[in-house]
Amino acid sequence: MSHGGHLLFIIALLPFIGALVPGIMIRAGRNACAAFTAVPTAIAFIMLLILAPQVMRGEVITFQLEWLPQLGLSASFFLDGLGLLFACMITGVGLLITLYARFYLSGEDPMGQFYTYLLLFQGAMLGIVLSDNILLLLIFWELTSLSSFLLIGYWKHLPEGRQGAKMALTVTGAGGLAMIGGMLILGNIAGSYNLTDILQAGDQIRTSDWYLPALILILLGAFTKSAQFPFHFWLPHAMAAPTPVSAYLHSATMVKAGVFLMARMWPVLSGTDAWFYIVATTGLITMVLGALIALFKDDLKALLAFSTVSHLGLLTMLLGFGTDKAAIAAVFHIINHLTFKAALFMTAGIVDHETHTRDIKRLGGLRHLMPITFLIGTVAALSMAGIPLFNGFLSKEMMLEEASHTDWWGSHYAVPVLATIGALLSVAYSFRFISHVFLGPQREDYPHTPHDPPFGMWAAPALLTLLVIIIGVAPFLAEGIVRAAANAVTGQELKFYLKIWHGVTPALWMSGIAVLGGLVLLGLHRPLDAAWIKAPRPEAKAIFDRLMAGTVGLMRGITEATHTGAISRYLAIFSVAAVALGWAAYSGSGLSAPTRTHLPVPPVIAVGWVMLIVATISVVGMHHHRFRALILIGIIGLSISAGFAYLSAPDLALTQISVETVTILLLLLALHFLPKETPKESSMGRKLRDGIIALTAGGGVGALAYAFLLRDIDTISDYHIANSYEGGGGTNVVNVILVDFRGYDTYGEIIVLGIAGFVIYALMHALLDGPAARRLRNTDYSQDRSRDRHPLMMVVVTRVLMPIAVVVGLYIFLRGHNQPGGGFVAGLVIAIALLMQYMASGFAWTQERKKIEYHTMIGFGVVIAGLTGVGAWLAGQPFLTSAYTYVHLPPVEEFELATAMLFDLGVFLTVLGAVMLMLYSLSRIARFAGQTVNVGPMDYDPGHPYTKEEDEGAR
Amino acid sequence: MHWIILPVVLPALLAPLIGFVMRHDIVLARAASVTGTLLLLGIALFLTGMAADGTTHVYRLGDWPAPFGIVLVLDRLSALMVLLTATLATIVLIHAIATGWDAKGRHFHALFQFQLMGICGAFLTGDIFNLFVFFEVLLIASYGLMIHAGGKERMQAGLQYVVMNLAGSTLFLFALGTLYASTGTLNIADLAVRVAEIPADQAALVRVAVILLMVVFAVKAALFPVQFWLPATYANAPAPVAALFAIMTKVGAYAILRVHTVAFGPGIPGTEGLPGTWLFPAAIVTIAIGAIGVLGARNLLPLIGFSVVGSMGTLLVAVAAFSDTATSAALYYMVHSTFAAASLFLIADLVVTRRMADTLTPLPPTVQNGLFAALFFAGAIAMAGMPPLSGFLGKLLILDAMREPGQMAWTWSVILVGSLLTIVGFARAGSTLFWKSTAIPTPERTVEDDMPPSLSPANPATTLQVAPTMVTLALLGALAIFAGPVSAYLQDTSAQLFDRAGYVSAVLANGGEG
Repeated sequence: MSHGGHLLFIIALLPFIGALVPGIMIRAGRNACAAFTAVPTAIAFIMLLILAPQVMRGEVITFQLEWLPQLGLSASFFLDGLGLLFACMITGVGLLITLYARFYLSGEDPMGQFYTYLLLFQGAMLGIVLSDNILLLLIFWELTSLSSFLLIGYWKHLPEGRQGAKMALTVTGAGGLAMIGGMLILGNIAGSYNLTDILQAGDQIRTSDWYLPALILILLGAFTKSAQFPFHFWLPHAMAAPTPVSAYLHSATMVKAGVFLMARMWPVLSGTDAWFYIVATTGLITMVLGALIALFKDDLKALLAFSTVSHLGLLTMLLGFGTDKAAIAAVFHIINHLTFKAALFMTAGIVDHETHTRDIKRLGGLRHLMPITFLIGTVAALSMAGIPLFNGFLSKEMMLEEASHTDWWGSHYAVPVLATIGALLSVAYSFRFISHVFLGPQREDYPHTPHDPPFGMWAAPALLTLLVIIIGVAPFLAEGIVRAAANAVTGQELKFYLKIWHGVTPALWMSGIAVLGGLVLLGLHRPLDAAWIKAPRPEAKAIFDRLMAGTVGLMRGITEATHTGAISRYLAIFSVAAVALGWAAYSGSGLSAPTRTHLPVPPVIAVGWVMLIVATISVVGMHHHRFRALILIGIIGLSISAGFAYLSAPDLALTQISVETVTILLLLLALHFLPKETPKESSMGRKLRDGIIALTAGGGVGALAYAFLLRDIDTISDYHIANSYEGGGGTNVVNVILVDFRGYDTYGEIIVLGIAGFVIYALMHALLDGPAARRLRNTDYSQDRSRDRHPLMMVVVTRVLMPIAVVVGLYIFLRGHNQPGGGFVAGLVIAIALLMQYMASGFAWTQERKKIEYHTMIGFGVVIAGLTGVGAWLAGQPFLTSAYTYVHLPPVEEFELATAMLFDLGVFLTVLGAVMLMLYSLSRIARFAGQTVNVGPMDYDPGHPYTKEEDEGAR
Repeated sequence: MHWIILPVVLPALLAPLIGFVMRHDIVLARAASVTGTLLLLGIALFLTGMAADGTTHVYRLGDWPAPFGIVLVLDRLSALMVLLTATLATIVLIHAIATGWDAKGRHFHALFQFQLMGICGAFLTGDIFNLFVFFEVLLIASYGLMIHAGGKERMQAGLQYVVMNLAGSTLFLFALGTLYASTGTLNIADLAVRVAEIPADQAALVRVAVILLMVVFAVKAALFPVQFWLPATYANAPAPVAALFAIMTKVGAYAILRVHTVAFGPGIPGTEGLPGTWLFPAAIVTIAIGAIGVLGARNLLPLIGFSVVGSMGTLLVAVAAFSDTATSAALYYMVHSTFAAASLFLIADLVVTRRMADTLTPLPPTVQNGLFAALFFAGAIAMAGMPPLSGFLGKLLILDAMREPGQMAWTWSVILVGSLLTIVGFARAGSTLFWKSTAIPTPERTVEDDMPPSLSPANPATTLQVAPTMVTLALLGALAIFAGPVSAYLQDTSAQLFDRAGYVSAVLANGGEG
């Protein structure tokens, strides 16, 4: 880190910190706001001046701060001649713009916002020119795109502003992203992302295979930013911004970023044919094209915008030549272009501000009304035209000189001729700016009678035009900075002098032709303009808009065609993907040899199997009839339970049967509120498609199961069997696995059940509060209902069954640890018994006799299970560690007490609570749907005579 | 040391209490929920500190040795994920309370805590069946949260969500069955040992399990071709819930990282290269789908949803490399994209409730148009991966890590072009919402009388309503500023993840901590 490095860091940081100020200071008034905005910029500018002598001596000031070393990104800055030149331009013009904007912006414009954006942008630009790390440079590069988006769209209510902002962001953003790729490649070749290292690795980079991709990607970034053909079109549309923004972005900063980058990378990337042909050619085309269009623009700012495009082309071309002298010319022209173009933009702004129009055809003859503005505008425009004694002349001469001996694809004339044409057009539009705005007769029909603006508004452009003249007359004054910058660009010590008079050179002749030709062209402007207007030409904005609309339309089409919300399609894709991927994975390897043989199939199993298949097929066939389908599903479930029992898994069988029963019962109740039949929605083709997918997926799963059933494998379950009694205190391995070995899984699963209860409850409430409630109320369910809602037989039977079922449940619960059973099954058994009560005697009747709330049951269940687990902590054991002991309480036989039983109690309560909460929710819906509440357990009176009227009334 | 189980037990005990004791009083429920979440945050910080030294901590549930019982494993990665969850949860919870979303339906806080329990459980488990269990917990809880407050559109989208994810769960069971039948174990470390022993030419069954698991996790992570559920779900979920869901997709990504790196990762003959081969193209397509969706979106919330899809693609592209550096880049991007997505949904909530529509059409400007525009701008920058927020660095890290020939061209071009589409999509949306609307005169708004003033759409957002968004954005800024140290930590995290031997010996060691 060299002397002054910290200052450099502060300079880079200042605008960002400063950006916080205007938003607050606007509360103190517009003048205070502008003044405080100027402070950070001024400090940065002064600091640069402090560092300037060192840099002019050829020192490079550096600052380094590690940021993301894993990536090679560091917050490193360095200041050499080129950086100094640009940094001074950015801060210097920034100050002038701050002043100018104070007077330009009207009272309705939010000024605090404006200055905040301006400082953000300024910080981003400073960052670009000071970065010593190309990744850091990328960050600032993207920041200029973003902050310029805000600046261009500043007048957010104007469509032009918004569209211009979006267009600029799209084009420069695209370039920026391309540049990311380019920079990453570049860093990879050089082995470092540090600019100083990269600048040393020029030969290595130019000979690399990756040179061309890197070059193209980086140039895409530079060309889009610097508005080179064919990406030039965004720049004129960015003119929708307030004029201070245009003056700043399009003279000194944003568009120069691309030029800066090419200059920065010049020692590394230039000197190859690819560089010359891509860069110089693009520049040349842009220069001529921009100048040509500028000549025919009637909007003052558009004229200046295209002239900027043209001058950027000129700079690009010069850098593309790849010679030292061209580089010097480029650096010099950067300064000169800045001075006259910023002044011109501000002049245009003043004219617009005073006359309320920027249309050249409505202007003219302003020289008497606005003498100061006239003077400033004329001097600047003459410089732009390249008239001697103004600075524009000097650099243009140097450009023409270089052009005059540059061959292009074997042709000796192509470049000089085109360069002269460019200069000629430039003269023409510059003079047009003077003559059509200020000269000619004074008019009566200005939208607003103009006069010169207050001093604050013309001070900034006046200062710039002063520079135009000073450099134009005494170019040696600028020699120091131009040399420092040119040395930095070329990486050599250059010896040169800036002079006004070079003798009678080819460049002087070309210049002369340009001035004369330009005057002639201006004379012919009227007929040429008419022809131009008639001539068909591509309108970049229209093309861009169409392209954009087309892209958005296409994207929308793709998205909406694929994301339709049709679940069946999503599932089809999911199934196909799973099967295809499974097959692909399978075919990448083979199977081990089977170790098991087929067992004979007993007839009873064959019958069961056939039943299962028939039931399954029937569900598919009859699924439109919901009740029938449900019954069939019940059959399937029971067959599976039987299968479990046959395969010596009584626990599973028990669980499956009770789950099946509860599910079917709840579904039966739920079906009551649904249509009896589902509509037929699928076409034959879809059914076929879905059928094939279903068969393939099912077949795949079957094949998979078959494949692994044939093979033995060592599993962890051997350990479970061996340790069930010893470690878990139970002889029923399944139960010990559930409550002990993998009690944590069970804990998770009961929570799932508990959540399900809560969700259903919440869902029911959401439903009853929503529009569905009206539908429920208005649907007539009564005709399906038996008059015998609570049949005597059923009431009596369930009442008798109740205690038996509870005892069975308790029994199952208690024996669970050693015999098939457990809390889960017990919970379901008791839930079934309660369900039966509800079904038999009606909801309200049963509800009145219920003492515990279901929410509480779920809550207690989960908490008890959790606390059982936590209890182990007291013994210094991990969560859910079980303990058991044997207790002898006469007269009862000795029995075991295990903490697992407490855990199982939690399971039991949660299961019971969740099922009952589901039932509760269903019956709430039923009552909402108009089901009446019965008071007694049986509400059928067989003695009552049946009358038709009463039946009607009951509805 | 029972710290490792706390992120599961604490919300699991708190949630039922909120659900049955406090269900009649929202203030009580809020207080309990906030306290619990803050405690969780504290625990997560402590766990991160515990894991920071690189030790793999193992907690044996029921004191059964692995692989026979279930173990929890705390390493840098799982600690990071829990910390991420707790941080996000705190932010989202405050937003939900400040905006009154939690009072629009029943059981919000109970479900919220259950959701946290599910997510933390999934991050901490070292057992693949237990992972399934926690997938169920977080699925059912998230379904409850997703349909919180009801409404037709939301119920329809919720059905999509739950059906797709139940299909995923079913496939999970198939995959687990196949895996158990071919390896005989469920412990991830033990799987790593046993799968490595299978000869390369006899691994067909394991390979099927590997790829089916990939599909299952892809459903969670919203990866092509099973991403369809995400945009509609996120767009229709209550906004704070959508913001919380930013971590849910990461559960899928985490599961791939954990399971497919440790058990089926590089260097295992039977499954060598299998996960990456399929994950990579799927992730590439996912980025494209996300970017296309962002540009083509008609509404704000689906736009954000698609940007989440795109970010998952970007994340999983890096995961698909199954390499040390790429994974550390992926982790950085994961942290970033979680907060980026959350911030956008929170901002969108503030805006949409005030516009009373989420269409991307110009409507009269809302109150605080400038503030919302600024917040949206920042969120969009983050999501699109532009500087100065962390997305840009995350993207650079990923691009830099993906240099393998055959991956580079695809990754770079799709990520960069995708970024462009995303940027343009967000710029168009923001321009319409916040700029174009200013050209429309504000009509006289009638404030509904029955609404508390702080919740009325016409009223400006209170500090508490804006604070969560701001904090999220500030976190993204901090993530960028401290990218160096964060990245260093993530590099260690990733190195630990790829140290299969270390993981296996820690988990299967006879001692264990608890």
